[in-house]
Amino acid sequence: MQKISVLLFLAWVCFLFYAGIALFTSGFLLTRLELTNHSSCQEPPGPGSLPWGSQGKPGACWMASRFSRLVLVLIDALRFDFAQPQPSHSPGEPPVSLPFLGKLNCLQRILEIQPHHARLYQSKADPPTTTMQRLKALTTGSLPTFIDAGSNFASHAIVEDNLIKQLASAGRRVVFMGDDTWKDLFPGAFSQAFFFPSFNVRDLHTVDNGILEHLYPTMDSGEWDMLIAHFLGVDHCGHKYGPHHPEMAKKLSQMDQVIQGLVERLENDTLLVVIGDHGMTMTGDHGGDSELEISAALFLYSPKALFPGAPPEVSRFLHTYSAAAQDLQVKELHRLQTLFNKASADYQRLLQRPQGPEAALQTVITELQQFLRGVRAMCIQSWARFSLGRMAGGAALMAAACFLCLLVSQWATSPGFCFRPLLTLMACGLAGTIVCAGLLTTTGLKLDPVVLGAMAAAGSLLPFLWKAWAGWGSRRPLVALLPIPGPVLLFLLIRFAAFFSDSFVVAEARATPFLLGSLILLLIAQLHWEGKLLPPKLLTIPRLCFSASTGPPRHNGTHALGLGVGLLLCIRLAGLFHRCPEETPACHSSPWLSPLASMVGGRAKNLWYGACVGALVALLAAVRLWLRRYSNLKSPEPSVLFVRWGLPLMALGTAAYWALASGADEAPPRLRALVAGASVVLPRAVAGLAASGLMLLLWRPVTVLVKATTGAPRTRTVLTPFSGPPTSRADLDYVVPQIYRHMQEEFRGRLERTKSQGPLTVAACHLGSVYSAAMVTALTLLAFPLLLLHAERISLVFLLLFLQSFLLLHLLAAGIPITTPGPFTVPWQAVSAWALMATQTFYSMGHQPVFPAIHWHAAFVGFPEGHGSSTWLPALLVGANTFASHLLFAVGCPLLLLWPFLCENQGPRKRWQPLGRNEAEARVRPEEEEEPLMEMRLRDAPHHFNAALLQLSLKYLFVLGIQILACALAASILRRHLMVWKVFAPKFIFEAMGFIVSSVGLFLGIALVMRVDGAVSSWFRQLVLAQQR
Amino acid sequence: MKDTDIKRLLYTHLLCIFSIILSIFIPTFFLENFSILETYLTWLCICSVFVTAINLVLYLVVKPNASSKRSSLSYKVTRFLKRCIYFLMSCFFFHVIFVLYGAPLIELVLETFLFAIILSTFTTVPCLCLLGPNIKARLRVFSRNGVTSIWENSLQITTISSFIGTWFGASPIPLDWERPWQVSPISCTLGATFGYVAGLVISPLWIYWNRKQLTYKNN
Repeated sequence: MQKISVLLFLAWVCFLFYAGIALFTSGFLLTRLELTNHSSCQEPPGPGSLPWGSQGKPGACWMASRFSRLVLVLIDALRFDFAQPQPSHSPGEPPVSLPFLGKLNCLQRILEIQPHHARLYQSKADPPTTTMQRLKALTTGSLPTFIDAGSNFASHAIVEDNLIKQLASAGRRVVFMGDDTWKDLFPGAFSQAFFFPSFNVRDLHTVDNGILEHLYPTMDSGEWDMLIAHFLGVDHCGHKYGPHHPEMAKKLSQMDQVIQGLVERLENDTLLVVIGDHGMTMTGDHGGDSELEISAALFLYSPKALFPGAPPEVSRFLHTYSAAAQDLQVKELHRLQTLFNKASADYQRLLQRPQGPEAALQTVITELQQFLRGVRAMCIQSWARFSLGRMAGGAALMAAACFLCLLVSQWATSPGFCFRPLLTLMACGLAGTIVCAGLLTTTGLKLDPVVLGAMAAAGSLLPFLWKAWAGWGSRRPLVALLPIPGPVLLFLLIRFAAFFSDSFVVAEARATPFLLGSLILLLIAQLHWEGKLLPPKLLTIPRLCFSASTGPPRHNGTHALGLGVGLLLCIRLAGLFHRCPEETPACHSSPWLSPLASMVGGRAKNLWYGACVGALVALLAAVRLWLRRYSNLKSPEPSVLFVRWGLPLMALGTAAYWALASGADEAPPRLRALVAGASVVLPRAVAGLAASGLMLLLWRPVTVLVKATTGAPRTRTVLTPFSGPPTSRADLDYVVPQIYRHMQEEFRGRLERTKSQGPLTVAACHLGSVYSAAMVTALTLLAFPLLLLHAERISLVFLLLFLQSFLLLHLLAAGIPITTPGPFTVPWQAVSAWALMATQTFYSMGHQPVFPAIHWHAAFVGFPEGHGSSTWLPALLVGANTFASHLLFAVGCPLLLLWPFLCENQGPRKRWQPLGRNEAEARVRPEEEEEPLMEMRLRDAPHHFNAALLQLSLKYLFVLGIQILACALAASILRRHLMVWKVFAPKFIFEAMGFIVSSVGLFLGIALVMRVDGAVSSWFRQLVLAQQR
Repeated sequence: MKDTDIKRLLYTHLLCIFSIILSIFIPTFFLENFSILETYLTWLCICSVFVTAINLVLYLVVKPNASSKRSSLSYKVTRFLKRCIYFLMSCFFFHVIFVLYGAPLIELVLETFLFAIILSTFTTVPCLCLLGPNIKARLRVFSRNGVTSIWENSLQITTISSFIGTWFGASPIPLDWERPWQVSPISCTLGATFGYVAGLVISPLWIYWNRKQLTYKNN
């Protein structure tokens, strides 16, 4: 009952946080209003007549068309320097050997031979530079907004006015081939279309080969007015190998041939446009706004000589938009309006005097450019519109939930604590709000589910806070509510404040290890200060108050010091795996984060592969060693058997998958099918094994070896079978003692049987570590599938993760005294260090809280062909990759409570437990020989155990909760900051996701401990029953 | 007795602060282009030499702990050598800690090592002067109820405030103010210096205010 109430209460606290996050998000991340107005040929864009006076001609709209047909070749991620002509190098210098330079030879040739027929421009792409946002911007001419970036792989149809729709409504035949993102953006707009799947970024050739199959036949057939070909190979090559790989040279050469072929087939009235939608970084990624990402190439060619010109239609859009949305700044709008009027007046004047001076033309151009820039700046500023009420409500809800965590975690350790009022209050509040909400909905008020959830949360929170305030809080001053010790409070405050500075959010990858290291040194210093680090005889002045408080030090100084230095070393090593944020150009990302497949050298690749497999084996060996040390490995339970045999199998599968993934391109053609099949089967098999292992663990979580169920004979001697009378002296020497011993045992047995009152004892090995053994097994099982989702070399980080959490637990256990009967507490510094370590590992696994840094390739582990139309499975895989460290640390959180009891273990690791005839005697109690009770101390006090679990999880939720609260406050206070869309908003989203993952993981971890506890109880019951029979 | 002690403590501390100020201004007369930020390494050396010298002199003059019954020359020399070795060891120890904290391993070795030297000047040198080459005594001073005189108490305060200053000195490094001193060891050394000076100021005042509560075993 207590367990269920703990879980229910936790779920309710999580719900409070979720409601707060949802409310805040709904107020903070707003989408842009999309106008559905369309321009038409009948209404000209500006006042007065159009310059060319071409209305009425066949096929013309506002202007006469200069080309009747268009071939648009969109090469994804064609950076400007890919297309830039290379100066022919003089014979003395060595040629530039970068694989992406100078591969588009035909552009260079055309530019040299026909300078009047071709132009090459550098176009600047507005961030976010993801493909769908760029396509929207290219076809509608508007700005992509932040919220669009999230829906990259589930794109929606464009409702705004756009090029394709205009062409289709003008009766032109638009033929499309390539990336299937267009299918979602422009459903039914193409007269003929060949779509190819775009999601699989590892596949370089399917889309391109598909286009090439259809491109020339379609062109020759003449059944088109506009032909769009969207090639994805260059982009995918960048994602998979990066621009510096020889594969990129091959891909660009292929594109060169395509353009060459098109140029040869072009007719006189056709325009060829080759355009890149965005660039790519040095590592081949895109999405941000670095210089390399936003510079794209634009190439124009026609057999006719070109020259363009166009007046803007932006002013009318602005007018309509301001009427519809009414959120643009009036003053700015007026300024732009006057600017536009002046510019258009100048323009008209210029048109009337065609032979006007060159300077007048220049002024018009600059004025128009100024106008466009002003419009752009205003739109960027305005298209992030916030709902302040919702944001404040969400932040208040989160703050209240944090306060609740603090309050109840303090309450849970107080002596008069019981679970019942918690539940009743919660139920009262929830029931009240549900009734209210029901009444509201029946009266016809339509409510957002987000607002409804927030109302339910606030309603259920209010009576709780009131009750706490009235009944308990008034008796004590508010200062007593602040149970966090000074230094830890300072750490939490610094961490809280750091979220408000964009520099610190960007530098969090370096700041977190710094804070963690400081916390560890502080722990050691505190141990020393309290005199627990060194034996007191070293210190010449005797302590006054020390010996009474904590008892003799359990760990000597070198031990704790060694743990601390080891931890610092681990943190420093994990810091080597560091991905740089794009804001710091001087920083160099670790080259070890890329998958092995992107390495070119054979020998280094093999060495790294060996190191990765070594890390895997070391992880496995360490876990087995730990289990053996606490001797849980001998139990015949299925879960232990799984650890003994299933885990090596999983490691083998992982290693084999890595071998295939890193060397798949070098496989001989005969084995291609086999390799492809194996790279599908292996990850799924490992994940399946892990899942079945977890199931086994949940089914039989008690990993205990029952030694003997009858009492007396502790050593059963093995008698050699009788093989005739002894023949030699040696035989005699051997047999006689055995006979003697046998007789002795017979006598003893008869003696005891006559007594029949002697204590029947059961030897249950390693009962003292039964909880943590289950936890460690579960964590290892969980770690393997997560390991598989990462690049190979991250396995070293996983090894470091296990090592450093082990060291930290030991170090913390040295500072936590065991209070045998009373309330168990986990100190704040332990919980904060644990949360900090989760963040630190998040960064050392190569993540950054920005969208371009998400490891999309994780979605293809086990699904190399992509997922078809389902989106939840790839989302799950990518999410598991991103929040692996949050998940592992949250599930492992109960270890913080368990470990000090585990470290008590010094003597023999067996526990003899007396079992009498009746149940009263069967209760656990210490034996005469003072064997360590270890985790059975927790079982002895189930009320305190549950309270401690509740307290631990609330403390962890508090530490995480103030992080998300700080992110939310930073994002709302600094919502007009320059960096809000680049730093604060992504950080908030990542932190919110991390919080959700962590809270779910924490819930699962607590539930696992409770399951083990239940299983141990039933095991005891069975044992007692067996004894009675 | 106690008030005179506190006065002596205050004067010695003022002298220490004065030495740091001197280390900033004196070299400008001898060296061209001297400033803390630009010829940063020179300043570090000069400052550490000044502080060490003034500490030694003060120790010899004031003699806070009238100990050392033996006064043979060889004994003094070995004690001095021992102190030097301890000083070097503490420098290396701090260097290792800085590297573990995230300082680059190979680049900026000289800067980091000079930083370690100046931090040990602020923390280890007074310790060595006051307590001698005796690790046990140091460990005793830095634990609860381990202090036996106001000198040790002030030592505790200055050392801890130097460490805290160093720690806070690292915090402006990630900020984007683009100042020349926002580079890895410079801001930390400045923080350490400020912390040391603050400790020198605070400790006599703190001892003066708490002089009723402070009871030492041996005094």
